Amino acid sequence: MKFWRLPLDAKDHSIPQGELVIIKDRCKGCNFCIEFCPNQVLKESSEFNKKGYHPPQVTKQGECVNCNLCEIICPEFAIYSELKTYKELTSEDILNYSKKFGA
Amino acid sequence: MKIRHRTLVPFDPQSTTRLREEQHGLHPDDVYLKPGRIPHIWCPGCGLGVVLNTYINGLKMAGLPVDRTAVVSGIGCTGRVAGYLNMDTYHTTHGRAIPFATGLALVRPDLTVTVFSGDGDLFAIGGNHFIHAARRNINLKILCVNNFNYGMTGGQAAPTTPVAARTTTTPYGNFEHSFNLPFLAYASGAVYVARWTTFHARHLVTAIAESLTRKGFTFIEVIAPCPIGYGRPNKLGSGLDEMKFYRENSLVQNDADPREADIGLKGKIIVGKFIDQSRPTFDQVYEENILKKFTRSA
Repeated sequence: MKFWRLPLDAKDHSIPQGELVIIKDRCKGCNFCIEFCPNQVLKESSEFNKKGYHPPQVTKQGECVNCNLCEIICPEFAIYSELKTYKELTSEDILNYSKKFGA
Repeated sequence: MKIRHRTLVPFDPQSTTRLREEQHGLHPDDVYLKPGRIPHIWCPGCGLGVVLNTYINGLKMAGLPVDRTAVVSGIGCTGRVAGYLNMDTYHTTHGRAIPFATGLALVRPDLTVTVFSGDGDLFAIGGNHFIHAARRNINLKILCVNNFNYGMTGGQAAPTTPVAARTTTTPYGNFEHSFNLPFLAYASGAVYVARWTTFHARHLVTAIAESLTRKGFTFIEVIAPCPIGYGRPNKLGSGLDEMKFYRENSLVQNDADPREADIGLKGKIIVGKFIDQSRPTFDQVYEENILKKFTRSA
């Protein structure tokens, strides 16, 4: 999908901003959240938790759109996201989305 | 020679419970889990935790209160769900989850009874109970986690193991045909039949919420990775690799014919909501045909 300008109803829409909370000692390092995050927000960290696994690490905190997929797909109940704010749509976001999902 | 005795410390029951409950409550879904039971025993990369998580989210989506639901599970890795959920749960003997749940659903029609069990428990030893509960259309919600083998006992061949798959008991490849579970459920008379993999977590939440609101016998098959029991002898890689395999090889076909939903070892997996129909349940038929004859007309 490609947008060539800011949509006319951009004021009616907004981007939710989520904050990820990771319970590090519960993680068993299955990497489901890292692989399936639609925005690639997470990365495997180099630190060890209590069990000896590498818990995920948030690389781009502003990119999380609070879609809750990591919360649903985590087998260990070790990650969840909380809604923080809503961000207004700007032409920069539209350009980024066009680049990401465009042809 | 001097023997030094250790000083005896009296057992403090408070300290152990405090240690166990220390981690409880960090996650918002922990209210659905028994205190001190997480971390669970399932292997890293196992899909059972995903199914448990999606079941909790399905309950939230359907808006069912915890005291109106009951979970019955059988034996196996999946059977441990009954120990983790903080609601009315029962861990039955091998294969007899459906008979227990049948009794529960008939005595308490106000409860939503979910049978949460594995493929070996529901279809090998409990296969007869399954087809007869489906035939009678008892108000049960079946959630079958299919990982293609008996995981807890060490990866033996199950009735769902695909042809040519290697397991502990079939080292030269399995030569027996496997069950096509959605077709079996449909042929037996289930009113709601769906199949999803653990990769389709969001579809699965919707399907569980939908099935909890249906009246009658519903069946959801969840295909879950088993990296230790099934993945290792078949060289499928880790749990993450199996999830990637589901992403690349599953075809979402709602309203597909369940007789074409066979699963091969490395073939395409047809997922989707296959059947959604309505049929008179056991309670309704019993009330109409039997109870009405014995109630005196005033």
